[in-house]
Amino acid sequence: MSTLLQVNDLKVAYGGIHAVKGINLEVKQGELVALIGANGAGKTTTLKTLMGMVKPAGGDILFDGQSTSKLAPHEYVSNGLVMVPEGRGIFSRLTVEENLQMGAYSRNDKAEIAHDLERVYYLFPRLKERQKQLAGTLSGGEQQMVAIGRAMLSRPKLLLLDEPSMGLAPIIVQKIFEIIKMIAAEGVTMLLVEQNAKLALQTANRGYVMESGRITYSDDAAALLANEKVQQAYLGE
Amino acid sequence: MHETMKKNPLLLAIFATFVMVLPWVLGGFFENGNSWLRAVDFALLYILLALGLNIVVGYAGLLDLGYIAFYAVGAYLYALLNSPHLAEVLPAWLSHPPFLVMMVLAAIVAGVFGVLLGSPTLKLRGDYLAIVTLGFGEIIRIFMNNLDRPVNITNGPQGINHIDAVQIAGYDFGRPIEFLGLTFEKIHLYYYLILAFCALIIFVSMRLQNSRIGRAWVAIREDEIAANAMGINTRNVKLLAFAMGASFGGVSGALFASFQGFVSPESFVLMESVMVLCMVVLGGMGNIPGVILGAIIVSITPELLRDIINPLQMAIAGKRVVDPENLRMLVFGLAMIIIMLVRPEGLWPSKRRRAELHPKTKEIALQEKDSLQDAERNHD
Repeated sequence: MSTLLQVNDLKVAYGGIHAVKGINLEVKQGELVALIGANGAGKTTTLKTLMGMVKPAGGDILFDGQSTSKLAPHEYVSNGLVMVPEGRGIFSRLTVEENLQMGAYSRNDKAEIAHDLERVYYLFPRLKERQKQLAGTLSGGEQQMVAIGRAMLSRPKLLLLDEPSMGLAPIIVQKIFEIIKMIAAEGVTMLLVEQNAKLALQTANRGYVMESGRITYSDDAAALLANEKVQQAYLGE
Repeated sequence: MHETMKKNPLLLAIFATFVMVLPWVLGGFFENGNSWLRAVDFALLYILLALGLNIVVGYAGLLDLGYIAFYAVGAYLYALLNSPHLAEVLPAWLSHPPFLVMMVLAAIVAGVFGVLLGSPTLKLRGDYLAIVTLGFGEIIRIFMNNLDRPVNITNGPQGINHIDAVQIAGYDFGRPIEFLGLTFEKIHLYYYLILAFCALIIFVSMRLQNSRIGRAWVAIREDEIAANAMGINTRNVKLLAFAMGASFGGVSGALFASFQGFVSPESFVLMESVMVLCMVVLGGMGNIPGVILGAIIVSITPELLRDIINPLQMAIAGKRVVDPENLRMLVFGLAMIIIMLVRPEGLWPSKRRRAELHPKTKEIALQEKDSLQDAERNHD
């Protein structure tokens, strides 16, 4: 498996506060990698830096062998680096279908887009039922589906998911994670940032544990689930 | 409008015929037909302006309160190049350029001003953007007012006089032309000229609405950060909206100057910007037929009031009690308040705005209710 994302000694600082203190991280083609940790550990900052929304203070990010430091924020999508942001960031006053099509904005292949749209509707029958409804009037779980479906329409090489469980009822969280598994099974490479460590590690192939800006553990997901210290700190056992 | 007409070519033909013969109908029905036609000509100019502003406000959602500045830029550009005012200092090739060249020039120069206004305001939205654009509009007007010293460029508050009408294919639009036994006077000729430009901008607006750029505008109007995350270059797309809106304003300004034969800074006051914005909002932001309707109503109503209120006052009181000009703002303001309370989406809204403010169908209304209420239970 080739390495899709390579992060070397990444440092991020907000003013004097060092949110990320030199982390190394990699995601290989076809993997589902989880980045877990407590609130304020620097997970979301890491993701934002990966998407070019925050400038790193040091280190480098290689995506598909290329440094991302020269890319403008809007160029990430066409390079295959797509994020489902925390809090979903959908266009609440556009319909479900318009939202999904917005995901294909940087693509020109009409027939392929139509095909991908059908695939998203196949994955999310709920969205097909509601394709003409304004996205802002959907429930939280449905909005998360729109956000994920929209990202799928960008044909990501690497999909970054920021806290997909945030603000959702437990039963919906289960549903969303089933969907994430389904997408992973289709061969989409994903980096999943999640506070719900147990569910994330049950879903992922590999995992990183982040703690006050540093990566403290990195292992196969199953091994992390079995790791006593991780269990104590994050799995509530 | 355009959708019903696409389905019904007969309706379209009737409408087109009506528009083509309107000047003669007005001339035939009213004794002061020419003053009515003049009002209609100005209404057409306002349609051009409103459709241009609609691109900025309706499509891209950028609240612009200084739009009239671009109208001023186009008007002064035409005036400077086509009047004796600067004739001595202008190089010969720049004086009285051919019609099409002149129009393209007005569009480009106003477009550049649009980018000039747009680039410092890229990070602003809503109220803050409105304030900056308002200031920009005033700056342009004040420049026009004061650029008579130390070098006389704009001739200051006196304005520029003796502006030549356009010449197309050797025909001077300032002089009557005999054709098919009819006499086309300046107001007739300009009616058809401005009408042609209206058709052009309607066509462009329609194409823009369903284009890639149109979708990008919708996205930045709804959520700029999310739009950026979709791979939309928000900076360029916003600048494009400003530039396109401005260039339409510039073209209408050039037509205005050539029609009027005279420009002065007082034609470009803040109130004019507000009026054009009213046309867009009243008619239905983002919807072409709505904006046209808004422009017609706002620009024709004062003329109607003048023709109705004066005779009415004479009949009732035997003398003129109030000046219709004063009454106009009262009636107009009241109408705006009522319409915005009763129909916030405008008189003839786009489907999207209607959907935002009222659920579209019963089925979707039910679905929305379902979503919000039993929300998280029903996932299969």
